[in-house]
Formats: sequence, structure tokens, C-alpha cells
Amino acid sequence: MKKQVTTVINAAGRSVPTEVNGKPVIPYKGVGQHRPEGNKYGPPISTCIDFPADGSKLNETLKQALIASGLKDGMTISTHHHFRNGDVIANQIFDIAAELGLKNLVWFPSASFDCHTPLIKYLEDGTIHHIEGSMNGQLGRVTSAGKMQGVGVLRSHGGRYQAVQDGEVKIDIAVIAAPTADSFGNANGLDGPAACGLLGFALADAQYASKVIIVTDHLVPFPCWPWQIQGNYVDYVVEVEQVGIPEKIVSGTTQVTKSPDRLFLADLTARFCEEAGIIRDGFSFQAGSGGTALSIGIYFAEMLKAKGMKSRFARGGSNAYLVKMLEDGLVEYILDGQTFDLEGVRSMKENPTHVDTSPFTSYNYHSKGNFAQLVDVVILGATEVDVNFNANVVTHSDGVLLHGIGGWQNCLFAKCTILPIPLFRDRIPVIREEVTTLCGPGELIDVIVTERGIAINPLRKDLLDKLKGSSLPIRTIRELKDEAEKICGVPAAVQFEEEIVAVVKWVDGTVIDCVRKVR
Amino acid sequence: MNNTTATAGNKGEKDRSDCFVSLQLTSSGGFVIELTSKVEVLFGEAIRKLCIEVLHHFGIDNANLTIEDKGALPFVMAARLEAAIVQLVKTNKEYLPEMLPENLYSSSREQHRLSRLYLPGNTPSLMINAGIHSPNAIILDLEDAVAVHKKSEARVLVRNALRHLSFMGVERMVRINQVPAGLDDLNYIIPHNVNAVVVPKCESAEQIHEVNKRIGILQKSQKTPNQVWLIPIIESALGIIKSYEIATAADNVVALAIGLEDYTADLGIQRTNEGLETLFARSQVINACKAAGIQALDSVFSDMGDAVALKTYARQSKSIGFDGMGCIHPRQLKDIHEGFAPDEREIENAKKIMVAFAEATDKGLGVVSLGTKMIDAPVVKRAQRVINLAISLGKLQKDWRDNEHQVNSPS
Repeated sequence: MKKQVTTVINAAGRSVPTEVNGKPVIPYKGVGQHRPEGNKYGPPISTCIDFPADGSKLNETLKQALIASGLKDGMTISTHHHFRNGDVIANQIFDIAAELGLKNLVWFPSASFDCHTPLIKYLEDGTIHHIEGSMNGQLGRVTSAGKMQGVGVLRSHGGRYQAVQDGEVKIDIAVIAAPTADSFGNANGLDGPAACGLLGFALADAQYASKVIIVTDHLVPFPCWPWQIQGNYVDYVVEVEQVGIPEKIVSGTTQVTKSPDRLFLADLTARFCEEAGIIRDGFSFQAGSGGTALSIGIYFAEMLKAKGMKSRFARGGSNAYLVKMLEDGLVEYILDGQTFDLEGVRSMKENPTHVDTSPFTSYNYHSKGNFAQLVDVVILGATEVDVNFNANVVTHSDGVLLHGIGGWQNCLFAKCTILPIPLFRDRIPVIREEVTTLCGPGELIDVIVTERGIAINPLRKDLLDKLKGSSLPIRTIRELKDEAEKICGVPAAVQFEEEIVAVVKWVDGTVIDCVRKVR
Repeated sequence: MNNTTATAGNKGEKDRSDCFVSLQLTSSGGFVIELTSKVEVLFGEAIRKLCIEVLHHFGIDNANLTIEDKGALPFVMAARLEAAIVQLVKTNKEYLPEMLPENLYSSSREQHRLSRLYLPGNTPSLMINAGIHSPNAIILDLEDAVAVHKKSEARVLVRNALRHLSFMGVERMVRINQVPAGLDDLNYIIPHNVNAVVVPKCESAEQIHEVNKRIGILQKSQKTPNQVWLIPIIESALGIIKSYEIATAADNVVALAIGLEDYTADLGIQRTNEGLETLFARSQVINACKAAGIQALDSVFSDMGDAVALKTYARQSKSIGFDGMGCIHPRQLKDIHEGFAPDEREIENAKKIMVAFAEATDKGLGVVSLGTKMIDAPVVKRAQRVINLAISLGKLQKDWRDNEHQVNSPS
């Protein structure tokens, strides 16, 4: 049972705790309202004379490296998620910690996947006190059931960089799984059996952790170039048999959806963008790798081709379709945040305008501007949206935590944010009176596209004006909500326990909402 | 007391928006409802309430009910439960979900039937969003798409869908089973505003008469019976020979469709994408339809993966005289509509006729002519049809006349 904490109502009207895991937190104040002061966090000073003269930081085993890094109770251990569901290293770290009898560790991944389900036993026995990052799938279910000792902290990719930079999270040991590395610690994601493209999610970890361990199964002689991770940040290098499971890291082929309903949504979204005047020469976009988003990218490509135009840049994850656009001259730059398939990896190696980026360049609240805010249109998903355009991406309507935030919150700062979502999934209405968990404030969400109508945020008078008289099915968000409930019925209110199992951070580090234990 | 267990619905790995119910009547103890549902938290209470209401409706007070739910909408769940109940209880009752006011439209004899999208009659997940894809018609299929042991439950589901699922204004057709067995299907659809009945494997005018006879009986009790059109499908060598007789069998026959899968099987030949082997049959049906003054509808194109071949097929189908074709997946709709859309020349021609007609009417002229050609009423009507179709397919602006005047009257 967790300690009872005081809660306050934040600027979004949500009841949130004033302290999390014993540390005070700041309630959300509104978009662009929080302005932290002071200096950025810096890791302890290191000295080159403490490192081998021959530059080789090789250690026999991960266990040895962890012990050499001073692994002990209560430490914060970070990992990255470029290997997605093919990560094997995070589980090994905590197997070692459990074997050493350590307790109360904090796991700070940039995201978690199904492959991390074995960590549940360490959440239950207290080896891991809590997770700061994302709790996906089974980890989310366990968290929602209140089985994690501490309170989970959900952050966006940008929020993670912010938390590291302002010292909210001090990483004791960063373990960076690297597809290719040299014994000095230079590393990249471009080559080796576990090639994953880039390593941007590990950048903050390398720069700010007290100790940094590189783990690789593809050790090359110095220099490992390009050095996406610079060896000058690295304490130890470990060579292992296998650093990740290739077929679970990247897929050979990206599949475009065959679902007629999703294709319909994609087509409707693309037509909206065209009528709203968003598709023009030199525009920029970000569309995810999910079924609907992928198809929207393809429709964009068709429209550009037909008009003889090109896009200046596409931001976000790369895949075969985006690479084809690049190589067909329909988009000039890919600003890649994570590479989803082997075509993406190949292109990053071969095409000088396929550029690797990081949350620092794209999302970070403490950066002096971000790439995400320069994007003309971003296509995102959501588990729920409410009549005020607020959206949820972490819990489902039954209150269970199942997803992380990813770059979703950070992307809301694009010039136009569009959420193509079905009006209902099976019997579950997606447009609600009020979202179960608030992740993104409605003022940043411009358009909801459903198969039964498009709702434009009343704040976007410009878009409403542009679409006046359009043949597209423009409706109010409330009309859409009423239609969903007419079809599905009005869902019962979900009953929660008092206990807070996780908090949702806004991009600036304040607490926008929390997740309570499900009954 | 019947102690057997009755079941209805689907619970396969891939089934969604559906449920599987097992019902056993008991003599005491009230209702024992065991519900496993992915929407339990949000709709558990609503589901239990609905089930009790349905059971009470059929006079049942004691039962063991197991529901494995995968997000079935209420009209689906009620249909599943009713289908189980009627296996155990002899009853004339029906549990009818509300008839949505927006479902009370009728269709016209001559409306466009370029595409008719087949929806398996026992698969709710494929019905729910069918309307958004804007086919000209949907066909809830009780015949080939439903397994023999699922026929009864499919009728109940189709009935409920006709009442409570919006198909967004598209023509609502149901394909019944082959007459005479299919006559009983009519009981489940005629009172629920079906727009057209598709009569499969039709080989005689007699079958059409039988269908109309049953429709007449069913409509006797209706205060304001709706217009029900018939679309016989010709799917055999004999049917092809009898096509004119069938086309003219009754006033409410608005089209003949041809079913080439069964027809080629009947002839013992392979169906090809090019369709040379069925050219005679198709031409015969088209000719019979045109002679009878009704629409001729082509078969479905079953090679789902080949969009290019589909487009070619649709174009060719239009060129030999068909007015539309069947469709087994929403993905095919765009190509079918493209294939049957009027081309530039047809549109231009129709525009000229309409402009000449309007001018003649303005001037109070009794006779309309275009150049040296006289234009009679059917020609104008046909031109108007082309114009309407072109507008509905986005090939022509609604306000084309305004632009036309600018072009034609530069003053």
C-alpha cells in the first residue's frame, strides 16, 4: 500500500498529487506557463587519467561492468528503446540486480515493450521500485492493478530529455545497447546484426548519466564511425553474443493497412489536408508508422506527385514508404527519430538527406526551440478524445494503463495536429464527455477525423473558414460524441480506487494527470 | 422443460463486434448470467439488463446464460440471444430493436446501381461500417455467405441490422436463399423496410411470382407497406435462356443480375478475368433487361488482389451494356465506380442536350433540337441521368450550368 498523498486540482482541472515517490512535483499550469530557473544538471566530473591509456574500456561481462559502475540499492538505471520488442538487455540488467539481491531500483527506459514482461516479477518483489518512462501492455496492467511498489512516471520523449537536463531524474547508470561500437565506446545503430538506424533516444543518457555502459555484439576496431554516441561519454564497453533480436527490432517490410475502414480514414484525412491548403510546395509533415498514418503518407505522396510539388521535410519515424518518397524526390529531407524497417536503415546509410535526430533536436522543453514545432501537419493517434478536444494516449476507456506517451505530447506543437480515429472501437466510443486520462490539452489539438465526420477545434477559426462549404463531412465534436453513444450506448463511469499508480507528466515536467488503481 | 443448450453467434479468434451465447433453460433460481466481455467495465450492467429484458420478453424467468462478448453492439447481442431462445421455446414473438427513423427511406426504380456491396449476413463487424464506403447498395447476404447451420441466426441478425443499423442512405438489399426455401427469409426482412430482395439462382417467372405472393401476404398487416424491388440473379444455363421471362415476370423487377461463379460451374468451365467464356450469357442478360426496360447488373469480380484487372473488367462491362456490378470488398468500390462512370464525351454530350433542352423550355418551344437532331423526352431523361451520375461521382461540378453559361454566352 502506497503512502497517502495530498492532491491538488491543476490548471486542467485534474486532481494530481503534490509529491511522487517522496519527491515534490509541480502541478500542470497550462500550456507554455511553466518556466524553470537555475542551471541545468551536470553529471559528476570525470577525468581522462582514470581511463585506460590504450582507450580500451572493454569489460568481460555486463555484470562486471554494472558492479564496476557501483550498482547499488535505489539507483536509477536507464535503457533506450531503439530495439523495440527485440530488446534483451534491460531484462539482463535486472536479472543481475536480483541475483545481487539489490532492491528499490528505478528503471528509466525511453519506452517499454512486451519483451519486458519478465520484469513484472521484479516489480512485485521490489527489485524495481518503479518505472519512469512507459508502462506498456502487461507492465501497464500490473501497474494499474497497483502491484508496483512506487508510483510510475509517464513522460514524453521530450519530457524525458527535460527531466534529465533539469536534474529531475539523475541517471546513475545508463546501459546503451549498441548495434556497432568500438572498444573506446563510440557507437552507432547503422551496422551489425541488431542494426536499428540511429540511437537518438540514448543521447541524453550518454551525456548526463554518472556511468555509461555500451553493450554490443558487433565490436569494430577504433574508430566506429559515425559515432552517434561518442565514446568520450562512455565508461565501459561490453561485448555480448547477441544484443537484440534482429527480426523484432526492424521488420524487413512495412505493411500498409488493408483494412477498408482505416484506408477510408486515411483518405478522408488526406483530403482534409488538401482542402485546408496544407499540402503545398515545401510543406512538412509527420505521420507515424501505424496503419492509418502510413496510408496518409502514401496519399500525401500521390497528391504531391499529381501537383508536381515536393515536401521540404518529413519528421518522425522512417520506413520504406518514406524512403521511397525521399528517393523519388517527393520529400527533400527525412529528419528521422527512429528507424522502423531495414529500408530506413539502408537509406540512413546511403542518403545524406536522411538525417538522424534526437529528442534534443526535436522535442526537448529546455532546448532553444524544437523541430516538432516547425512541422506543418502532424498525424497522431489517441485512445480517447473528449468534447473539449482533450486526448488520452496512455489508458483505455476502462482505465487500464496500456501505452506510453512516446513523442505524442511533443508533436502537438506542430502547426496543425490531426487525430484520425474511429468513432468507436467495437462497442467502445472513442469520443467521450471527458477523457479518462488527460495527456494532451485540447487547445493543441486541431482536428479530429472519424469515419463519420470531421470535427475542427473551434479555436481554429481559420480552418473552419477554409472548410466552409466543403463537401467533406464537417461536424461538431459533440455531434460526433452523440452519434458514437447512439450506436454504442452511454458507457458507465469507470470506478477507480483512491490509490495513484502513475502520474502523467506534461512536456515541461509538471503533472497534467494521474492514473489510479482500477477496481 | 427443455434441458438442451442452445447456442448462437461467433467466437472465433478473428471475430469482432460479435458475441457467442449459450442458453439453458432451468425451472427455478432465476437468471444465472456468466459474462466475459472486453467491454465489461463500461457496458457490463447494460449487457445484463438487455439480456434479462430479452429473456422476459419471451416469457423466460429462469435460465443459465453464458455470453462471450467481443464488443457486440446491442442489436447484435439481442439477435444472438433471440436466436438461441427460439431454439428452445416455441414462440411467435420477436424482440425488435427500435427502427431508426433514418432507416425509413425507400429506393427508386431507376436509381443508380453501379455497385452493390455484399455483406455476409452473419458477420456484424463487416456490416457496421459498410455505409461509410458509399456503395450504391449493400446486400445483406443470407445465401452463400452463411453456413447452413447458421442460417436461422443470420436472419435474426439481418432483421435487427435492417432496423437498427444505419447504412447511411444506400439502398438496402437482402439476398434470400433460393426459392422455395428462401421464402421464409422474407418474414424477417419485408416488415423491416428492405428496399430490394435479391433472388438467387432464378430460373423461372414462377419463382418471382412466389416471392411476390409472400411479400403480399406479409405486407397485408402493414399499414403503409414500403415498395420492395426484386433483383433476380441468373446463375445457370437454364436461367440465361429464361432471362427475358424473368425480367418481365413482375412490375417490381428493377434489374437482373448475373452470377458468373455458378454459371461457369453449371457449364463446367473456368471463369477468367477476360470473361470471353461468359460473353454470350452476359449479352443475353443485357439484351433481356434492355428489352424489358430494366437495369442489367454484372457479377462480382472475385480476384481481390488485382485492381488493374478489376478496372478493365468494369470498363468492359459498362461498354457491353451493364449498369453496374457486384462487389465483395469496399476496396473494389473506387475502381468499379471509375469503370462505370460516364466518360468525358458522354458528359459533354449530356451537357449539350440539357442546355438545349433548357433553352427550348425558356423559349416555350415544344420541340427540342440539337443541331439537326431532334431530341425527344427519353433522350433528355437519359442525359439527365448521366449528369446526375457524373455529379455524384465528382466528375462534374454541381453548378456546371453556371460555368456553361459563361462559356457559351461571352456577352
